[in-house]
Amino acid sequence: MENSFAEQGRWRDIDNLLSRPGNIVGPGFEPSPQLRQEIGEFARVLVVGAGGLGCELLKDLALSGFPNIDVIDMDTIEISNLNRQFLFRLQDVGKSKAEVAAKRVMERVSGVNITPHFCRIEDKEINFYNDFNIIVLGLDSIEARSYINSVACTFLEFDSEDNPIPETIKAMVDGGTEGFKGHARVILPGMTPCFECTIWLFPPQVKYPLCTLAETPRTPAHCIEYAHLIKWSEVHSGKAFDPDDPEHMQWVYTQALKRAELFGIAGVTYSLTQGVVKNIIPAIASTNAIISATCALEALKLVSGCSKTLSNYMTYNGVVGTHIKVADFVRETDCLVCGPGTLIDLDISTTLSQFIEILGQHPKLLVMKSSITHRGTNLYMQSPPILEEMTRPNLHLPLHELMGGVPDDTIHASGMAVRDGKKTSCLRKLRVKFKGLPDGTTEMGTTSVCKELEPDLN
Amino acid sequence: MAAESKTKYDRQLRIWGEQGQEALEKASICLLNCGPTGSEALKNLVLGGVGSITVVDGTKVEKHDLGNNFMLDEASLLQSKAKCVCAFLQELNDAVKAKFVEASPEALIEGNPLFFSSFTLVIATQLLETSLLKLDKICRQSNVKLLVARSYGLTGLVRISLKEHTVVESKPEHFVDDLRLQSPWPELKEFAKTIDLNEKDPIIHKHTPYVVVLIHIAEKWVDTHGGCLPTTRQEKKEFKDLIKAHMLDIDEENYKEAIESSYKVSIPHEISSQLHQIINDSAVEVNSASSDFWILVAALKEFIENEGAGEPPLEGSLPDMTSLTEFYVSLQKIYQAKAESDCRVMEHRVRTILKRIGREPDSISKSFIKNFCRNARKLTICRYRPIEDELSSPSVSELQKYMTDEEYSFSVSFYILLRAVDRFVANYNRFPGVFDNEIDDDISRLKTIAVGVLGDSGLHGSTLSDDLVNEMCRFGGGEIHAVAAFIGGVASQEAIKLITNQFVPLSGTLVFNGIDQKSQVLAL
Ligand SMILES: [Zn+2]
Repeated sequence: MENSFAEQGRWRDIDNLLSRPGNIVGPGFEPSPQLRQEIGEFARVLVVGAGGLGCELLKDLALSGFPNIDVIDMDTIEISNLNRQFLFRLQDVGKSKAEVAAKRVMERVSGVNITPHFCRIEDKEINFYNDFNIIVLGLDSIEARSYINSVACTFLEFDSEDNPIPETIKAMVDGGTEGFKGHARVILPGMTPCFECTIWLFPPQVKYPLCTLAETPRTPAHCIEYAHLIKWSEVHSGKAFDPDDPEHMQWVYTQALKRAELFGIAGVTYSLTQGVVKNIIPAIASTNAIISATCALEALKLVSGCSKTLSNYMTYNGVVGTHIKVADFVRETDCLVCGPGTLIDLDISTTLSQFIEILGQHPKLLVMKSSITHRGTNLYMQSPPILEEMTRPNLHLPLHELMGGVPDDTIHASGMAVRDGKKTSCLRKLRVKFKGLPDGTTEMGTTSVCKELEPDLN
Repeated sequence: MAAESKTKYDRQLRIWGEQGQEALEKASICLLNCGPTGSEALKNLVLGGVGSITVVDGTKVEKHDLGNNFMLDEASLLQSKAKCVCAFLQELNDAVKAKFVEASPEALIEGNPLFFSSFTLVIATQLLETSLLKLDKICRQSNVKLLVARSYGLTGLVRISLKEHTVVESKPEHFVDDLRLQSPWPELKEFAKTIDLNEKDPIIHKHTPYVVVLIHIAEKWVDTHGGCLPTTRQEKKEFKDLIKAHMLDIDEENYKEAIESSYKVSIPHEISSQLHQIINDSAVEVNSASSDFWILVAALKEFIENEGAGEPPLEGSLPDMTSLTEFYVSLQKIYQAKAESDCRVMEHRVRTILKRIGREPDSISKSFIKNFCRNARKLTICRYRPIEDELSSPSVSELQKYMTDEEYSFSVSFYILLRAVDRFVANYNRFPGVFDNEIDDDISRLKTIAVGVLGDSGLHGSTLSDDLVNEMCRFGGGEIHAVAAFIGGVASQEAIKLITNQFVPLSGTLVFNGIDQKSQVLAL
């Protein structure tokens, strides 16, 4: 708990913003000298990622008056992180990023409490994410962003006129950088475009046609990818390539060099080999600082209303001069993720296992190996084995019955989908509607849940 | 470079290379005032491995410093701020020499101007106008680069001040490849002739590089169009149709690439206006005091007017394109050979110029000349007016344009208000809005002063939004950490560009707009 006497004057600068009225502020801004303390008491912030952006975000949020922060990251510290991930030292190499980052910020900024989670984002129950008022993303992968986005969107509920219910909007702030460029955006599911609405902003990763690699290589990258994708499996039958094993990397480099010599191609180096194989994105401290600061400031504004918020996508480009642009993107009204959900018509006799099969074949969804939840209740879970076993009997029951006999409702499926040729975890919101019910019960808005049929899992 | 440094700096070496890193490691940076803005700027540079830092600040750590500066902790209270910040910065990278001077920047500017002459770059943060103008003069006299950074509530600014910054490796992201399809040289034409576009073997046909396809078809076109390449929209469309007519199959990637790149045969045979301006700059009349850059530009001008026949030296690189390996590698060699021969001509001219101006003919290295030739089309020069000139006679037409452009109105208002704040401090010896009970009075005082600033800037009769004046007083001179981290981040980014001599630095004053994030660069 904050000792207000000892803290006297410490937060002077931020308190000016929070305690004084202004005319260019966010909706519902109620300035008061207690506002910072109130925010401290109710606001819980989750930082996803404790890397280049994550380290900055934790510092920025801690010094923006957020005393309760959680951070989740599955990675451990590497030497190549040290040019920008300023919370880590050489002796930390190999330790959990989330744990070390949390400890360092707490040591420096008294009164701040940071809870680290050293695990994959998919390892947490969906409800873990519902405990936070705001989720700030400092990630470098499209898949992870997409997953967190879909999780945040599952909490979104719509009223009978398909308008989002404000209390269910889980605000997100997302940042990303590459070299001297970066972006920061505010996502209010149901209000502003979600990550999936504007997925086109992220161009797919460069992939070389296999025939180019095998028959007509021209660039050093072609030679490297040949060694990495073709030659490796030819020579090491069954042994998986590990990009973090220096011996494996050295082997790919040597093979790539041989191939380059054979074809008269110049420019294969060890560093380029690593870059191509691991798809390394160049990263520096300054760009991360710029983007994280923008995200943290937006988080403060979203929670306190002390100023207008970014609407809704900011890009920074410092390659030639300095260019900062704000774009106001619009939501896709039929977005699969932040919309009211993909409508699926079912017979009342459709069983849960048939339903899972339908999801795998549905042209818009193509979600394989789905786990199904309805209003927080697990109907079927693919894993862990104990939950799978417990929910397996449900597979043969009609979904209509499992959902408590309602005529229609929202249901969530989490499974695997293919994006850019890669399998990724995904979470989809579905609106199930049952056919063949007696008239008068198919109206929208019926949300009563029958609890008797809920499998006893909790 | 040591293996450990190579690994540690890997992600940035991929951006600015070992040469850029070497420049950083040689740089000595002086920071004035180590509040959050300055501390954050240095943090990013220490992580990147600059040679040395010197932190100058005369104040002691107070309670409110712990609420916005990460480079301080509870134990720092009442101690020298420069000393504490310096110690925490040193922890980030032991390869950096970190020093501190416990003195007020204002006192150094007044009493010891020579202090600044040994640095590569001075980063002046949170400095008021009067001291800044003096510092700018000092830095310009001793050829020290100056970066100005200021955070103020939800606004702030970053600007650069120096006479001239010349960049060879500007590394723009989108730049059209130097293929010379509109004017292929004999060896390139010769090579194109060895490949028949009517080749029956489908493998060869679909692996003929688009460069060859375009040279053939452009030649055909020229023959039937009185020696001219396609220029009008209609002609360009017909040209594309002509390419399409040569396809054996609609899936031939190389022909698709040829259609996409067909505009490259119509690129006018002339240098860009930016390059034109550079080779006609008065600095091209070189003498023994000229920099290597300008000597190279003088040689470039001669090259373009003579051997280049209107073109700069060939860049020599070939983008990847669908092709048999054999064709591609042969083409690559042809481009490289031409680039090398252009470079040799340039080298000869450089040596002759050096002799003429009384310098050692070998005093510019071959690798520098080669790098210059490779980047000749992308040369960039940044010049900055003395800050005093901008403040006393800003471009009124630009200011007026900004005042009426909705996208710029917040930023330009903040620019004026930040100047008004400095005048306010000169009058009242404190920032507006520091006392809750004087806010209303401060608002009208600041407004009056801002009207004065507007008038002095040639904007008589213009007004600023009352809401923004109100905001300015609401900030109470505070340094918000997130804003400071942004401003410090931009400052360090610009510092890297200035020190590595790569990429293009900020051209004007970046005014941060923390309200809706529509920050703008003002060119005044
Ligand atoms: Zn969406």
